Amino acid sequence: MPEQSDSLLDRFRQGDLDAFESLFRVHQRSVYGWILRIVRDPAAAEDLTVETFWRIHRAHDRFESARLFEPWARRIATRAALDWLRARRLESGLAAPNFDQDVADVPSKSALDPGVAAEIRSKTAQAFARLPPGLRIAAVLSLIEEQPHREVAAALGISVGAVKLRVFRAIRFLRKDLLDQGITP
Amino acid sequence: MKKQDENRIKQLLRQSLPPIDPASVPSRDLWPAVLRRLDAHPAATAAGLLRHNWFDWALLAGLVVFALSFPATIPVFLYYL
Repeated sequence: MPEQSDSLLDRFRQGDLDAFESLFRVHQRSVYGWILRIVRDPAAAEDLTVETFWRIHRAHDRFESARLFEPWARRIATRAALDWLRARRLESGLAAPNFDQDVADVPSKSALDPGVAAEIRSKTAQAFARLPPGLRIAAVLSLIEEQPHREVAAALGISVGAVKLRVFRAIRFLRKDLLDQGITP
Repeated sequence: MKKQDENRIKQLLRQSLPPIDPASVPSRDLWPAVLRRLDAHPAATAAGLLRHNWFDWALLAGLVVFALSFPATIPVFLYYL
C-alpha cells in the first residue's frame, strides 16, 4: 500500500475533510478487510469500518505525520473490532453461534474439506466463539489468517512475545474445550 | 503441549472457519455513512474532554473523602476490587 504524501497527511492532521476523504478512499478496502478477518461478519465489518474512520477523524490532531497512516488505522480498527466482540459476547452470553449461517455468509478463499465431519467443524467453531476476545483476535489473525506475529502485535499494541503467549493460551483453551465436547484434537 | 496438537488445532480451525478472501470489499460505498456519523457525533472538543476530566476527578475526590472519613471501610473496598 503506497503511503500518502506528507502534505495530504498534514492537511488531514489539521482537520481538512477533503484530505480525510482521500485517505478514506485509499484505505477503506484494507481497513474493511482487516476488520472482516477479525469479526467474520460482512455487515458488522461495514459498520465497524464506518466506526473506525469516525474514530480516525476524531483523533486526527493526535496523528503524528512522521508515522505511517496504514498501521495507525489498522490499530484503531482492531480496537473497534475488539470492542464489538466484547459487546457481542456480553449481549449473547455464551450462546452457540449459528455455524452454518456464519460460514455461508463469509467470503472465504478456500473450500471446506469434506473429510472433516460437519459436527467437528461446528463444535470447533463453537469453541472458538467461546474464546475471550483478546485471545480470539490473536488466534484468528495468527492461526487462521496466518498474519505475521509482528503485524498482529502492532495492530493490538502489544509485544510479539505477548502475541505468542495469547496464541498459546488460545490453543490450550480450544484443546480443553474440544476435549470437554468429546473431540480429541 | 505437543507441536502436533498445535498443528491439529490450527488445521481444525482453518477447516471450521476458512480464511477470508483477501479480495473482499464492502457491498456499498461507506463514505456517506461516515459523513452521517460525523454529522451526528462531531469530534470531541477540548471542553468535552475537560467535562469528563472534571467528573472523573470529582468521583475520585469523593472516594478519597469517604475513605478518610471511614478508614475501616478501606479493607472492605480492597477485598471487593
